Amino acid sequence: MSTALLYALVGTGLFSLGLYALIIHAHLLRKILALNIMGSGVFMVLVALAQRTGDAQPDAVPHAMVITGIVVAVSATALALTLMLKLNAESGRAKLLDEEKE
Amino acid sequence: MTLLTWTFDSLLGLGLLWLAWRALVCPDLFKAIVLFVAFGLLMALAWVRLAAPDVALAEAAIGAGLTGALLMAALAKLHPSETNDDCAIPSKQNVTKVWSWRCLPALAMLLVTGGLGYVVLSLPPYAAGLSTEVAANLKISGASNPVTAVLLNFRGYDTLLETVVLLLALLGVWSLNGAGLERKAAPSVVLDTLARLLTPILILVAAYLLWVGAHAPGGAFQAGAVLGAAGVLLLLAGWRPRAGLMALPLRLILVAGPAIFVIMAVLTLLIEGQMLEYPPAQAGVLILILETAATVSIGITLAALFLGGEPRQHNPDNNQNKDHT
Repeated sequence: MSTALLYALVGTGLFSLGLYALIIHAHLLRKILALNIMGSGVFMVLVALAQRTGDAQPDAVPHAMVITGIVVAVSATALALTLMLKLNAESGRAKLLDEEKE
Repeated sequence: MTLLTWTFDSLLGLGLLWLAWRALVCPDLFKAIVLFVAFGLLMALAWVRLAAPDVALAEAAIGAGLTGALLMAALAKLHPSETNDDCAIPSKQNVTKVWSWRCLPALAMLLVTGGLGYVVLSLPPYAAGLSTEVAANLKISGASNPVTAVLLNFRGYDTLLETVVLLLALLGVWSLNGAGLERKAAPSVVLDTLARLLTPILILVAAYLLWVGAHAPGGAFQAGAVLGAAGVLLLLAGWRPRAGLMALPLRLILVAGPAIFVIMAVLTLLIEGQMLEYPPAQAGVLILILETAATVSIGITLAALFLGGEPRQHNPDNNQNKDHT
C-alpha cells in the first residue's frame, strides 16, 4: 500500500471518529472538537489523494484548498465557541438537553 | 516505500487516530483540548510526510496553535459546572442503556468508514489531477511556488471569498459579544518577558514567510497565522492597543485584505477582461501587494477573534499603554 493510500485511510478513520463523537456527545465544546477532527480527516484525504502523481510534484490545487479550509475552519470554530459561550451565559449550561430530561 | 518509512507512517497514522479518539472521549475537557493540540502537531508532521510543507506550516500555526488557544479561552469562560463532560463515560448503572443507544451510531459509523475506505482503495493509484496544468502555467503566474500560484492567481476567487469569510466570522463574533477590551495585568513576569522577546521575532518570521512564499513554502495564510499568534501572545500578556487605534484604524486594517482583493478583481476585469487575471509581466508585484494586504488582515482578524468582543473603550484610564501593531 502506498503512503498516499495509507494516509487517505487514516483520513477516513478520523472523519468517522469525529462524526460518531459529534452524534453521541451532548457537550457543545466536544461537538466543536469533533467537527474540527472531521475537518482534519477531510483535509487529510484531499492532500493524500493529491500525492498520486508518481514521482512528479504533488498536485498543488488540493494543497491550496486545504490551506484555505484550515483558515475557514478556525474562523468557524471561533464563531461556534462564541455561540456556545452565549448559550452558557444565558442558560448556565453548555450541553444540549435530552428530550426526556426536559 | 522502505520498511522504515512504512513503519513511521503506520505509527503516525495510528497515533493520530488514538489522539483523536482520546480527545473525543476523555471526560476532562481541559485534557481533551491538550490532546487536540497534540493531534494538530502530529497532523503537521503528517503533512510533511505527504509532501505538503505549505499545509504543514498553516496547520502548525493555526490548527494546533490558534485553535487550541481559542478553545482554552472559551473553556476558561464556561461555568465551572460545565467544564467537565461527565456524560462522556457512562456510569455503572446506566452503562447498558447508554451503549444500547450508542450502538446504532457506532454501527452507522463503521458502515461509513467501510464505504469511504472502499472508495479510497478503488481509486486509480495514479492521477495527475491538475498538476500538469499548474506546472505548465507556473511561468506566467508570477510565483514559482505552485501553492502560492494556485492561491493567489489560478484560484484567486477562493482566496478572495476566504478573506470575506474571515471577516464575516469576526462580524458574527462582534455582534454576539459585548465589549472585550478590559485590560488585565500581566499574569506573570515570565509571560510578560516572553511576549516582549517573541513578538518582534514573530513579526519578522511573518514578514519572511510572506516574502519567501513566492518561491518556497510559505505565503499569506501562514504569515497571517504567525502574525495572529503574535497578537494572541500580546493579548495573553495583558497588552491592549490604545483606544485611538481601536475605532477606525482597526476596521480599516481588517477590511484592507478583502477590499484590495475586490479592487484588484474589478481592475483586472476592466483591463484584462477577466476577473483576477493578471498581466504576466506584473503578476509578481500584484501578487505581493495582495498577499501583504491579506497577511495583515488575516493576522489582525485572527487576533481579534481571540479577543472575542468588539473592542470599544469604556474606561479612558485603561489606555495608557504603548501602541504598536
